[in-house]
Amino acid sequence: METMELDKTVQELQARVDKLESKNSKLTMVLFSGDFDKVMAAFIIANGALAMGKEVTMFVTFWGLDAIKKPTMGTAGKNFLEKMVTMMRPKGPAKLPTSKMNFGGIGPKLFHYMMGKKNVESLSSLIDMSREFGLRIVACQMSMDVMGIKAEDLIDGVEFGGVAVFLSESYGSNTTLFV
Amino acid sequence: MAAQKLDFKGMSCPMPIMKTAIAVKKAASGDVFEVVCDDAGFEPDVTAWCKETGNILTNVSKSGKDITAVITKK
Repeated sequence: METMELDKTVQELQARVDKLESKNSKLTMVLFSGDFDKVMAAFIIANGALAMGKEVTMFVTFWGLDAIKKPTMGTAGKNFLEKMVTMMRPKGPAKLPTSKMNFGGIGPKLFHYMMGKKNVESLSSLIDMSREFGLRIVACQMSMDVMGIKAEDLIDGVEFGGVAVFLSESYGSNTTLFV
Repeated sequence: MAAQKLDFKGMSCPMPIMKTAIAVKKAASGDVFEVVCDDAGFEPDVTAWCKETGNILTNVSKSGKDITAVITKK
């Protein structure tokens, strides 16, 4: 009888240790910003973690959605305000403004040039690479609804969810970053 | 077995680590890699990557700008 109880306790402890250890292999990120420089930082970190064999989930919300829009995103089927927001926001990683020194769009061109000279990988290819490595992207359904962004406006393969999805992932990881 | 040579010269963060990870992932346990990179951040980065992934950093040497890391897959 006692041995059975001991076995049970050992099993329970083993399950708890497994749960704790699994946290070490996970990174959860919130991508709130749609600024080129910040999105760049987010995807460099995501790629680094993936290269270390971690599972990475990126919850993409509000301005961050600009980074995962298809460049071909159109205004069909949207109401007046949604059309306006769609037209005023950049579509896709190549069009994002910088958080500093944007200079009405000249800044990003300057940075793209300078980064190219230093052989820094482009944001688009960092995004592609992270997805090949298994990055899980969850787009915030609420922000999408507010701005009239439809599932087909975003790059293929993203999931959709709300705050509970983010929190549940975050509680299961030992690192969470908000960018 | 001879070390597999990887040349990541000219690449910037995070590419050398990404490319290292891809190559090491495909290999068998005990396989040895000799990675050359001229990004100044490569030495601390490859050290941290090995520490985190459990692969063994056998040696790091410098020659001019080139940093050579010898990694044994765990």
